[in-house]
Amino acid sequence: MHKSIDQINERIRDGSVRVVTAEEMPAIVAELGEEGALKEVDVVTTGTFGAMCSSGAFLNFGHAEPPIRMERIWLNNVEAYGGLAAVDTYIGATQQSDTLEEKYGGAHVIEDLVAGKSVELRASSRGTDCYPRRMIDTDLLLENFNQAIMCNPRNAYQRYNAATNSTDRILHTYMGTLLPNSSNVSFSGAGTLNPLSNDPKLRLIGSGVPLFLCGAQGMVVGEGTQHSPAGGYGTLMVTGNLKEMSQDYLRAATMTGYGVTLYVGLGIPLPVLDLDVVRATAVRDEDISVDIMDYGVPSRNRPAIRKVTYAELRSGTVELHGEEVRTSSLSSFRNARKVAGELKHWIERGSMQLALPTRPIDAKKSARPMHQTSKGPRVLDIMDRQVVSVGENEEIITAAKKLLKGETNHLPVINGDNILVGIVTTFDVSKAVVNPGKAHFVKDIMKKKVITTTPDEPVDIAVQKLEQHNISALPVIDGGHHVIAILTAMDLGKLFGGRWLK
Amino acid sequence: MKLLVNFSRKKGRKPIIAQVVRDTGVLINVERAVIDSSEGEALIDVPDDQCRLVSDSMISLGANVRILEHGISLNESECVDCGACISICPREVFSMDNDWKLQLAEEKCVLCGKCIEACPHQALTLPL
Repeated sequence: MHKSIDQINERIRDGSVRVVTAEEMPAIVAELGEEGALKEVDVVTTGTFGAMCSSGAFLNFGHAEPPIRMERIWLNNVEAYGGLAAVDTYIGATQQSDTLEEKYGGAHVIEDLVAGKSVELRASSRGTDCYPRRMIDTDLLLENFNQAIMCNPRNAYQRYNAATNSTDRILHTYMGTLLPNSSNVSFSGAGTLNPLSNDPKLRLIGSGVPLFLCGAQGMVVGEGTQHSPAGGYGTLMVTGNLKEMSQDYLRAATMTGYGVTLYVGLGIPLPVLDLDVVRATAVRDEDISVDIMDYGVPSRNRPAIRKVTYAELRSGTVELHGEEVRTSSLSSFRNARKVAGELKHWIERGSMQLALPTRPIDAKKSARPMHQTSKGPRVLDIMDRQVVSVGENEEIITAAKKLLKGETNHLPVINGDNILVGIVTTFDVSKAVVNPGKAHFVKDIMKKKVITTTPDEPVDIAVQKLEQHNISALPVIDGGHHVIAILTAMDLGKLFGGRWLK
Repeated sequence: MKLLVNFSRKKGRKPIIAQVVRDTGVLINVERAVIDSSEGEALIDVPDDQCRLVSDSMISLGANVRILEHGISLNESECVDCGACISICPREVFSMDNDWKLQLAEEKCVLCGKCIEACPHQALTLPL
């Protein structure tokens, strides 16, 4: 049996269409069988509601009198793109306010407009013969724009890896707050309700397909940026009219320590044409798995700790290293359901017709990492190889002499096998001199927990370590834990001379 | 009932909580305490019917006592029911109901405030 898109649209028009949500579909297929479900169900609605950073809107202001060619543009002190002719701009969701920083950003400007609040436009120009005006400052409501078109380059991720943190300090990431020692796991995504997870072969979702976008009827533009469906991480570029959107499905947010983002509600109705569609839309949370990644490793290649399914993540706890660890969702399953439910109503009421893609989206593509022609400075480019170290069994006065002679404030401490076992600073030695007590040897006053770096580490990572631990030097060690150099805050000055660039 | 007790440690270092436990015989549960050289603040839990007794006793020993009637406060119009707070809370105050709506067990809250910055929608605040 096969149904055509025209037959389904005819049923939408005459009101006989049978619509279910993607969450209801697995039980229907289990009860009626695949053939039965194909006969029974015409449309499956999907929905997702979560943080989608790669979002924003094109705005057209109309011309002022005298006219201005806006070159730098701010909306409520959030800078918007000024490279689009005279009176157009693109406001990106993650752009932060010049004054309020992460408390307010492009996402908040967009939400304020949708909520009916006025937004202050400030723009400047150098002035031209055709556009003589140099400054403009005016308050605008959403209705004052000729066009306000949301256009999001990367939305509706098919699935997203979960996150944990193996370090001993709290991490603030776009995956939310990650507690130390892998004591929590955060995840995002609607699982069984996710649009692309219900059409992984991209037979139904493609350019021109209608969708629910923040309460408005929008459209799939095509593949999203970073679209990587080969590994199960497809994305979509989508668009819709901001003037028809609702605050119920569009919310600005701030991830502490990371920045501003926009929560977007998005759903796509899928026409049940044949058995392949029935099978794809029968997908359950149990069938969709992701990796739990260790965000404690500051690299593109974060290690995967284990695989989990959305069913496990949503249960509230997952097992990690033999322990039950609590999970937190960053996306809202309740609102994802609301999106799929609202979309179901639209179709049952006949206010949305379905369409097949006018152009298909590649279902086999993989996103590649950045092509980097220069790697950026590494520790070995700026580290100080003239490192002076001290033995753990030496007297404190020896350390003091070395500090003076070496004109340094940090002495790595080594044992008899030349292995790094601690560090002493000018401060530690001064303290031992001022409060003479039982301490005689370096090992009595050294700090045993040493933060280190390696020659191959990017300087940016080493700088993060200095900042996070509030220290000013890192011993550079080789694979055998031998000190081969030291990196101090002073060495960072070499970067400005560009000496590492050859 | 939860009481927030503030005491100065300048005039001697009186063991106020221990003293109150001995004088009143009420078993006090200390849920959170920050004590430094000059002052201390403790969040204690006592049975409702002995709240007055403990409070009066603390005040007579020079402490300031405030009865906390509320735990963390949730602004429902800002909350989107994501659940980012759930795994952050050390006392398991937050949970999801069957409709994936966020539920608060306010009585478990010790006002540590850890959830406040974990909330992407700034929906959680400490009560005044």
